[in-house]
Amino acid sequence: MSRLIIAAVSGGLFGAGLHLSGMTDTARVRGFLDLFGAWDPTLAFVMGGALLPMALAWRWAQPGAVSWSGAAYPARPDPQITARLAVGSVLFGIGWGLVGLCPGPAIAALSYGGTSGALFVLAMLAGMAVAPAAGGLLDRRAAAA
Amino acid sequence: MTAWLWGLAGGLMIGAAAALFLLGNGRVMGASGLIGGLVDRSAGSRWAEGAVFLAALVAVPAVLSLWSPVDTQVTPAPALLILGGLAVGLGTRLANGCTSGHGVCGISRLSRRGIVATCIYIGAGIGTVTLMGALL
Repeated sequence: MSRLIIAAVSGGLFGAGLHLSGMTDTARVRGFLDLFGAWDPTLAFVMGGALLPMALAWRWAQPGAVSWSGAAYPARPDPQITARLAVGSVLFGIGWGLVGLCPGPAIAALSYGGTSGALFVLAMLAGMAVAPAAGGLLDRRAAAA
Repeated sequence: MTAWLWGLAGGLMIGAAAALFLLGNGRVMGASGLIGGLVDRSAGSRWAEGAVFLAALVAVPAVLSLWSPVDTQVTPAPALLILGGLAVGLGTRLANGCTSGHGVCGISRLSRRGIVATCIYIGAGIGTVTLMGALL
């Protein structure tokens, strides 16, 4: 039960932070990506602000320690840069640039983005649904190359 | 207060949310992972945690917007929304992370994959916005 409460508080704080920071505004997000135009640095401050508490949290979440719920902390990820990581990140960046929504703000946009926000989320869910099959295809191509 | 100060304050809240999820539940707060885990059912027994997280992520901005209306300019063009949504959904699941997972949670632990992914998606985003600005 307490795991669910933590998830609710965490999701709510995330949403409040997006609202407060202005990252619900797709024009502001696209403005950050418009490096060679009317550049808007706000997103860099949001990212910088978010990194501070998280860097502290990782100092506590060392191997051997356990979280409040008793669950182990995630292990250090494999440092390998895979085809999935590179191709996936390129695709993500293109979609992010086209509309100015990434997954967190897209879900939050269900509350204020009207039909545009809903259509984006539907397409995003479809993209996620085909990802396992697309990933398998990519792995076979990478193995053959 | 100017935009960057609001950005910093909101960013601290987003980081606090991620820190709480890590220290409380022992998990990385990645939006694409939590959504995708429900879509392809890889979340397993943790589906309720993801569902509650996402419900709060929708509900809190909805309530806050009653006091301060959300300034947003989501494009009305269906083609952009569909293409963009597909690319974001497919891309973040292939890369196993987005702005929150690779960006906030990965960079803060100096994860090589998180740093590389963030450089790639910001680069691709800058390329896309620049190209659109030149063509449209």
